[in-house]
Amino acid sequence: MYNFTLWDILSNLLLAARWTVLLSVIAFVCGGIAGILVLLARVAPLRPLRTAMKLYIELFQGTPLLMQLFIVFFALPLTGIETSPWTAAAVALTLFTSAYLAEIWRGCVEAVPRGQWEASASLALSYGEQMRYVVLPQALRIAVPPTVGFSVQVVKGTAVTSIIGFVEVTKAGTMITNATFQPFLVYGLVGLIYFVLCYPLSLSAKALERKLNVAR
Amino acid sequence: MAYRFDFSSLADYTPVLVQGVATTVGLTLIGGVLGVGIGIAGAAARSSGNAPLRFAVGSYVELIRNTPFLVQLFFIFFGLPSMGVRLPEWQAAVLAMVINLGAYATEIIRAGIDATPKGQIEAGASLGMTGPQIFRYIILGPAMGKIWPALTSQIIIVMLGSSVCSQIAVDELSFAANFIQSRNFRPFEVYFLATALYLALAVALRWVLARLGDRMFRGGARV
Repeated sequence: MYNFTLWDILSNLLLAARWTVLLSVIAFVCGGIAGILVLLARVAPLRPLRTAMKLYIELFQGTPLLMQLFIVFFALPLTGIETSPWTAAAVALTLFTSAYLAEIWRGCVEAVPRGQWEASASLALSYGEQMRYVVLPQALRIAVPPTVGFSVQVVKGTAVTSIIGFVEVTKAGTMITNATFQPFLVYGLVGLIYFVLCYPLSLSAKALERKLNVAR
Repeated sequence: MAYRFDFSSLADYTPVLVQGVATTVGLTLIGGVLGVGIGIAGAAARSSGNAPLRFAVGSYVELIRNTPFLVQLFFIFFGLPSMGVRLPEWQAAVLAMVINLGAYATEIIRAGIDATPKGQIEAGASLGMTGPQIFRYIILGPAMGKIWPALTSQIIIVMLGSSVCSQIAVDELSFAANFIQSRNFRPFEVYFLATALYLALAVALRWVLARLGDRMFRGGARV
């Protein structure tokens, strides 16, 4: 029987961790772009649009990521789109991220004083111009720490994609455990890898928050 | 699109779904109560004067908050038996949920405790109250009132997160959904229904916890 050294296990986990990182980045970037669109609709001066986006956010915040994954995984093929675990994972995590980021950013936009909207409206700026030149630059400043903080949730969210068969670090851990029978060591290392990925993000979110509080 | 939705085939599986919902609710109930209990103890420890204790609790909080729940669950269920701790599925699930919620609740409750005006603590001390009395009668109530909405959100996140417990064969709601779709080959309908049930549970839980918060911390929320 082949004996697995610690290095065998760790190197394979690290190779799989690339996919965790890549999926996190894709979900965060695409989710961020989609999140901006959701946000713009969520605070638009058009009630049906606002209500629709409110429901969208409620839906993603009120249901498990696992169910969202399953629905994307099984529903996309019904519409004729070939779905690999990769696509399903990327699509589901993007939608999930967009809903949470839009809600976080809405709080930041609403923290911009009402008078700023009124002042810019009295200068005859359109909704788009108000957003672009007056509100978003101010909202962006306070949005950075919670956004960085949420990225930790995205990285941790990728673990659930192992359940639909996407081979990232958790799935690799399960596969390696099945070969080595050392679950304590392997899952310990998997946890450690996530910690190494997430802790710097948590720390920088906290540092950014502190800096912002001092600046005010 | 030629696909025809057929929810009728789900009717036969009502008992399975009911069982699933019951288990999810049960897990959340036990996990929620014990997790908040750990959170209160952890927050008390983090605001105590004992530096090693503060460090230990801080490490626990950071360790849990920076790793996925699924990995924590696998570590407890698959990893701990090699250390001689063998837990049945549902006990492993409850333990993972309690440990997970405990870490988040510690951090949330600590924020509430930090927001206690110093004068109130001094007023308590000048009335001759001991440290634990001050914590119990002056700090904790208003702190819980202040952070109750955040704690509510976290309990709901843990409830939704419990869906991954299906992976260690705990017969909760998503386990029921997996079971049904493996029998009737209607994955979309089943997962759609399960998702709707989760949404309903989340809305209901938010409502119940809001009522509970009103009742327990009335007046406490106003600072």
